[in-house]
Amino acid sequence: MSVSVEQTSVEPTSVEPSRSHSAPANAGGSEALRPHAENAFAAELAALAAHDDRPRPPRWKLSPWAVATYLLGGTLPDGTVITPKYVGPRRLVEVAVTTLATDRALLLLGVPGTAKTWVSEHLAAAVSGDSTLLVQGTAGTPEEAIRYGWNYARLLAHGPSRDALVPSPVMRAMAQGMTARVEELTRIPADVQDTLITILSEKTLPIPELGEEVQAVRGFNLIATANDRDRGVNDLSSALRRRFNTVVLPLPESPEAEVGIVSRRVDQIGRSLDLPAVPDGVDEIRRVVTVFRELRDGITTDGRTKLKSPSGTLSTAEAISVVTGGLALAAHFGDGVLRAGDVAAGILGAVVRDPAADRVVWQEYLETVVRERDGWKDFYRACREVSA
Amino acid sequence: MTGVEAAGSRWSGAGPLLLGVRHHGPGSARAVRAALEAARPRAVLIEGPPEADALIPLAADEEMRPPVALLAHAVDEPGHSAFWPLAEFSPEWVAIRWALEHDVPARFVDLPAAHTLAWRTERPDGDGSAEEGTAEEGTARHPSGVRPPGTDVRIDPLAALAGAAGYDDPERWWEDVVEHRGAGEGDVFAPFLALEEAMGALREAYGGGGRDRDLVREAYMRLQVRSARREFGDAVAVVCGAWHVPALRRRAAVTADRALLKGLPKVRTDMSWVPWTHRRLSRASGYGAGIESPGWYAHLFGVPDRPVERWLTRVAGLLREEDRIVSSAHVIEAVRLAGTLAAMRGRPLPGLSEATDAVRAVMCDGSDVPLALVHDRLVVGDVLGEVPRAAPAVPLQRDLNRLQRRLRLAPEASARELELDLRKETDAGRSRLLHRLRLLGIGWGEPAVSRGSTGTFRETWRLCWEPELSVRVAEAGVWGTTVLAAATARAEADAVAARALAEVTALAEHCLLAELPDALPVVMRVLADRAALDADVGHLAQALPALVRSLRYGDVRGTDTGALAGMAAGLAERIFVGLPPACAALDADAAEEMRRHVDAVHGAVALLGDTSAAVHDGLRARWHGVLRVLSGRDTVPGVLRGRAARLLLDDGEVEQEQAARLMGLALSPGTPPADAAAWVEGFAGGGGGMLLVHDERLLGLFDAWLTGVPREAFTDVLPLLRRTFSAYEPGVRRTLGELVRRGPGQGGGGAGGTAAGVPGFAADLDQERADAVLPVVRLLLGLDGPGPNPVPGSGSGERSGDELAGVAG
Repeated sequence: MSVSVEQTSVEPTSVEPSRSHSAPANAGGSEALRPHAENAFAAELAALAAHDDRPRPPRWKLSPWAVATYLLGGTLPDGTVITPKYVGPRRLVEVAVTTLATDRALLLLGVPGTAKTWVSEHLAAAVSGDSTLLVQGTAGTPEEAIRYGWNYARLLAHGPSRDALVPSPVMRAMAQGMTARVEELTRIPADVQDTLITILSEKTLPIPELGEEVQAVRGFNLIATANDRDRGVNDLSSALRRRFNTVVLPLPESPEAEVGIVSRRVDQIGRSLDLPAVPDGVDEIRRVVTVFRELRDGITTDGRTKLKSPSGTLSTAEAISVVTGGLALAAHFGDGVLRAGDVAAGILGAVVRDPAADRVVWQEYLETVVRERDGWKDFYRACREVSA
Repeated sequence: MTGVEAAGSRWSGAGPLLLGVRHHGPGSARAVRAALEAARPRAVLIEGPPEADALIPLAADEEMRPPVALLAHAVDEPGHSAFWPLAEFSPEWVAIRWALEHDVPARFVDLPAAHTLAWRTERPDGDGSAEEGTAEEGTARHPSGVRPPGTDVRIDPLAALAGAAGYDDPERWWEDVVEHRGAGEGDVFAPFLALEEAMGALREAYGGGGRDRDLVREAYMRLQVRSARREFGDAVAVVCGAWHVPALRRRAAVTADRALLKGLPKVRTDMSWVPWTHRRLSRASGYGAGIESPGWYAHLFGVPDRPVERWLTRVAGLLREEDRIVSSAHVIEAVRLAGTLAAMRGRPLPGLSEATDAVRAVMCDGSDVPLALVHDRLVVGDVLGEVPRAAPAVPLQRDLNRLQRRLRLAPEASARELELDLRKETDAGRSRLLHRLRLLGIGWGEPAVSRGSTGTFRETWRLCWEPELSVRVAEAGVWGTTVLAAATARAEADAVAARALAEVTALAEHCLLAELPDALPVVMRVLADRAALDADVGHLAQALPALVRSLRYGDVRGTDTGALAGMAAGLAERIFVGLPPACAALDADAAEEMRRHVDAVHGAVALLGDTSAAVHDGLRARWHGVLRVLSGRDTVPGVLRGRAARLLLDDGEVEQEQAARLMGLALSPGTPPADAAAWVEGFAGGGGGMLLVHDERLLGLFDAWLTGVPREAFTDVLPLLRRTFSAYEPGVRRTLGELVRRGPGQGGGGAGGTAAGVPGFAADLDQERADAVLPVVRLLLGLDGPGPNPVPGSGSGERSGDELAGVAG
């Protein structure tokens, strides 16, 4: 569930810019529901390129400085405003861009809902002008998706040849000196992951069937994203891990920012699901966000009490789904106002993922933090009811 | 050292050589050494308290290892002190060492500490700009580090310079321009001249920066420089904060300077060298003019070349020691990343922030956890300075002597015992002193078991002053200048460093005994954090009794224990939540240990209920709920179930019949014998059966159950009963047998209760005779108004009165 939420809620920190800017681009050009970054922001990229007089690494469309500006936003000398694509620490973007410039592969880590995919798409668009060389990692991703496959009709008719070969996005990126992207690297089975080792260290992809190889052209690089919270997936081997520089994308910094993101998304989802309108439940949303943040960070917002963290991710995306669920409850079964009781069950479900350990964590949180807090009596009671 | 003599330029020799530095700047230190080598002055003047001149030769001592600090303190008031820390990479230290190596006189030329210390007593809150006066200064705790701070604290002028250069962070600008500058290239004096010009321009713009005291200090320095020039000619080098250079260059009338210095307040001061640590140099420890990364600076200063490569190699070494897989390839990639990042950020060389970013991305998989280790061990570092034995005594020793005189407690080499009655002022003071010294690792007194009285107002100590304790005192001088301040600082540091929860609770208890109220908040903070994160209920249960004990003790000594009570209640809540799951599926040893924890918690909860009824009303009820869960859950080992049932019975939470039913369940044939035996063990208590002898009611319960066992089942029960009772002493067994033969149930069948009558006592309370005792008890406890000796903590007296009445009943 968390995956689907992540994919739809493209990245809390950057919801705003993406919407405001893809709209005009849409109107001008393609009919696509969601145009690629390089199309949606073509004007900005062109403006940046025009003013970019710094040295560019081979086959880069922009210099590293311009790429950083593209992501972080800024104003060009001619007054063109570059919208910020990523709202977060500047340091992270600098490290990410520098990593690509030093010809190292980049691994973006983070819990679901921290703009990993979004950042990787925009990096590829700014560096190579093409964000479509993409391998989506799943448990069923085969080696062919990373190396190459065969057109079996041709293979049978003419025998093995370059014509019968179906190159993967990674292979194409190598041949053209572009940036390839691998999404959800840790969901790919370990043996398939390891095919990346040769590609990243030798920068070559042998084709034993033809006795040939494809050598990476300068400018080739790879951006992978992975979820660092679910440990249930295939962890990277240390050999592969060593080939990557890692940047961890953090969760929203302030509670206010997170409340903003949650209310906005809840509003959107509510409309798309045609839920009956429920009066503003911002207090309850704030409460959900507070509970999530406190448990996630292992410390209360006033910074005075430490807490144990449960095993669940408790990402912003999950907070959104808790509130959406609560709204549906309030609208269909309640009195139409979002109350503590409507979100309590959802919170319990999100927090207690491991019935033994997480329950203790949750009970302890209830008894030591929630019970004492002013104005949280109703919430405490509602939670006691559902946890009993 | 770096071939500077070959560097062409000569010092013009017009006027003294003014070397403006940033305190603790490795680049400045290198530059100072190069400049001194090139100029070869005949005297070196250094910004620092002139009282320390006599101590300068000690810097050359074999045993002297930086970081060290010059410590000035008021003779009459050791708590009143100031420190001038010097690290290996401090320009002042470099200058001192250079002078000593070349047999050139070195002198401190700043305003004497006699004045600066007096200043601070006179105007405790000073004006806002008094840079020496950090908030806590003057009070006995944490004598504030009073390095007359370098330019890094004067954020404003530096920020202006940095802003002009396009930097948003003045620290980084200084690093790029000055500290990261390679040594020995070009004119060794040029950087100082450029800096002087810049500072001159700044001072023109900002004036004195609103710091009147600076003007006085500079006047004094000017006078000193002038007199040195009379002695040595112009061949004099002055090492001082860059900010002061323009003022020293300025020609001012001697009379005007003298006028500024007239009538300054003065106190008698004493100076010494004390060992210092990198951690205390770092800003984190609260010293105004600290630096964030002493370890990094020491590295920059110490390495001959390629600082970033060497730094990252050291980081890799550290991470390898901690079992992280870090290969040379990682180091190579980290160096590349750091270099490119520096270029991207427009810095001439990778600095600490680039190196740190590279370490995080390449070696730590983006995680901040190993990075924290790197920061702690390398960026700050664990370096501890040493001071030669010849250094004068530290003020801590003085303070200790003073206290010993006042409390009439002379240090004697022969061991002796000391009985203290804490109700007496002097004895309480002695107890506090001994407890504080123990905290500081100065084991003059060891607590001994008191003979006779076990009251909380008595303490027995075994005293023995051994010569090496003086060394300990000197070592403890790092922590502060008075026993109180040092013990407080030490307790806080210990709390932060403590590993186990129980250590922290013990420390909290100790803090109360030693009366360190200032350390208590920190200890409580750490305690709360540890308790929240500790997943082992055993640890929590261990911690609770000590905490409750401290609470009671605090009451006796009249300490404010509100925070402590809240803490204890919170701890109890956590135990309540965690205990039931933690009691499932334990083996015999673990179950026995857990039984002890349950007992401890039970006692603590009862005490807690007594002490802070207002804080937590429902605490006892919730604990009974937990016990009920324990007594009824099959996965809980027998010994615990039995214990829980017994505790409930004792508190009257479970009816006699209910307890009998539980016993029947536990001892029914379906239960494995070992488990059943354990239940009996838990229920009857571990006291070797003594409880059964004395508690008629319990025995009655057993008897009733046993006689109720059907004939067929009896043979099955027999082995486990034998197992339980065979562990008792023969005497106990015989007494039990006699009691059973006499028929324990004679009073009132199975449900005898208290009315069943303990042998030798009447069945009910004889009101008249009981009342007759009360006046005597009241007299003993001093409860009647005009009692000659009011008992401290009359609350406890009240309580014991009740208890007595209870016993009489």
